[in-house]
Amino acid sequence: MNAYAEQERQTFEVGRLVKAGLTQSLGQMPRGSVGRILAVSGMGDHDVERGLLEMGFVEGACIEVLHYGLLGRDPLAVRINQSMTVALRQVEANAVLVGPLLDPAGPGALSNQEHGA
Amino acid sequence: MSAATLTADNPRKIQIALVGPPNCGKTTLFNTLTGGRQKTANYPGVTVERKSGQLRTPVGHTIELLDLPGSYSLRARSPDEAITRDVVLGRQTLEGLPDAVVCVTDATNLGQHLRLLLELRQLGRPLILALNMMDIAEKRGCQISIETLSKQLGIPVVTTVAMRKHGVQDLLGEIDTLLDQAPTTVGTATTDEWQEPSPDAIRAYHREVERLLKEAVIQEGTPERLTRQLDRVVLHPVAGPLILLSILFLMFQAVFSWAATPMDWIDGGMAALQEAVSAQMADGLLKSLLVDGIIAGIAGVVIFLPQILILFLFILLLEDFGYMTRAAFLMDRLMSGVGLNGRAFIPLLSSFACAIPGIMATRAIAHPLDRLTTILIAPLMTCSARLPVYILLIAAFIPNTTVWGGIGLQGLVMFGLYAIGVVGALLAAGVLRLTVLRGNRQALLMELPSYKWPNPMNVLLGLWDRAKIFIRRIGTIILSVLVVLWFLSTFPGAPEGSTEPAIYYSFAGMIGRGLEPLLAPIGFNWQIAIALVPGLAAREVAVAALGTVYALSGNEEAVTEALATTLANQWSLATALALLAWYVFAPQCLATLAAAKRETNSWRWPVFMFVYLMALAYVAALVTYRVALAFGGG
Repeated sequence: MNAYAEQERQTFEVGRLVKAGLTQSLGQMPRGSVGRILAVSGMGDHDVERGLLEMGFVEGACIEVLHYGLLGRDPLAVRINQSMTVALRQVEANAVLVGPLLDPAGPGALSNQEHGA
Repeated sequence: MSAATLTADNPRKIQIALVGPPNCGKTTLFNTLTGGRQKTANYPGVTVERKSGQLRTPVGHTIELLDLPGSYSLRARSPDEAITRDVVLGRQTLEGLPDAVVCVTDATNLGQHLRLLLELRQLGRPLILALNMMDIAEKRGCQISIETLSKQLGIPVVTTVAMRKHGVQDLLGEIDTLLDQAPTTVGTATTDEWQEPSPDAIRAYHREVERLLKEAVIQEGTPERLTRQLDRVVLHPVAGPLILLSILFLMFQAVFSWAATPMDWIDGGMAALQEAVSAQMADGLLKSLLVDGIIAGIAGVVIFLPQILILFLFILLLEDFGYMTRAAFLMDRLMSGVGLNGRAFIPLLSSFACAIPGIMATRAIAHPLDRLTTILIAPLMTCSARLPVYILLIAAFIPNTTVWGGIGLQGLVMFGLYAIGVVGALLAAGVLRLTVLRGNRQALLMELPSYKWPNPMNVLLGLWDRAKIFIRRIGTIILSVLVVLWFLSTFPGAPEGSTEPAIYYSFAGMIGRGLEPLLAPIGFNWQIAIALVPGLAAREVAVAALGTVYALSGNEEAVTEALATTLANQWSLATALALLAWYVFAPQCLATLAAAKRETNSWRWPVFMFVYLMALAYVAALVTYRVALAFGGG
């Protein structure tokens, strides 16, 4: 499968999940919940986007919200692919869109994307 | 031409750079490879430490190994990381291109760490991949095919166990092989063409890492459990801050109780030295300079070495253990409230020992505004040089009674002075960020590494580094200041038949008396004004200066004791409190200002620091004095 088609398919999948109400921003996820990253946008800020990508927040990675700070649920500690824990603030967490770990609506829709779990 | 022949007819040493993400065990590997044969210096222009060490390979190459600051990517985000990028790309004029790069990765976290290697491979320079902490990875059941990984990457791959000497033999062998063969090119780009990767380029690296691991990983290890379980307590919203407070309390308790004995030794040793020199020399100017100026001055500073080392021992242990990033996590919300970053916690904590290493530790803060704010407020943390003055004034003016719950009033006042410093620092940061340092905030994005037992060698070498910095400061800045101060307070001598102590007539006396009208509104008499002149260079000198002004003699202990009685008789409570308030804020340390100048690369910020802290000190002393007077403290 070529890269362009792959990208198209992913965009389609994200759109479908958003429509089904199955997505949320990383900052909204309750403590202890898990999910798979659908999009890292940085909200137009390339530095935030690159910073997130360099710390392992990449489309397809599975994440688990481990801890929240006492005040305003800020900052939060997130486990990525069960291998690295990263602390980030709500502001950055809102740039990460998360969907379900296993997609209930379309079996196999995302499962052909391997991950390091 | 191979690197080996290059050294045969060229005196330039073979240089190999160690590069790796933070927490990959790179420094431990560096320490194991070089042992004690390493030195720390500064890069010209920037103030990032240049750590290098010597090593000999089995074949006999002598290599200079560079330990470059940890970085997740060549796209540098902090001054530290910029050095790594510049050295690897040959843009750092001091180094030239390293002959080879060893990329160190944590074998238990390859999914995140291999991206840096791919970035390095792009440069087409000789490169070795070291899979570090392989023992831990294997213990967790992880199996990696080194051969496949090496073939896929097109570069040599070795496993290392940084903690053990024999764990690095493969790496040394691989370095020899690489040096003896002609350089091969694997990458497509060259160092000159390097550009910051775009977000999509980073995504492509992610996919490449995923593909590589799918090929090379035979068996994935089970994720580590202990860190998770510990974090459940350590990062708990309620228990976490309580644990942090307890650790800080323990730390300061240890700083004061453990340091007492070695401080007595140093005190005794310096006093003996003073007496010995006194007995050997004839009275005269040279003796006065040596005994009263230099030895007494240095004794006043060296005495803090035990406290500083104990505080740093705790900081280094906690850092190596992996706790410091947790502390930064817990403090981030509080600190972001005043525009700081959680990462500023470590430099500020160091500043309780001494602001200079604290200011140097800000290099790890990526954002320039965050970093500058941290530098500017670091002197507000109560450093150990303030203690002699606090101890003297508290002993003289605060009754040794207990208030509620058996807490001593004297201890409470001391705690209050620390607390005012911290609160003042946070307020100052908030105001600075709203005024002169306005700008957008930086992301936190900080890895919380797995907990591990601190490595004794890392801790000891780190401690030695700190001690060297402190001693070097004494040998340079403090020594020259002491000579100047001795001159100012000795010349010109007292006229015949004078009634006041000699210092009254000296240059220092003239300056002090000139300042008196300015300091009168905050309750300072001319004696304080004179003592503050040498005290401006280094806070702790003020006690000795007060002793001189009140014409007391004898060893340090006797002077302090007699001084407490004298002050209690001659000063009002309001004056004493005002001086304490002054000491919380006043920027009386030339070495700190010099450090700020070096770190910010301009005179602008140290001058700003001096002015704003001076203004704060004046206002604080004024308010304290007036309030104390109103309550009958006159």
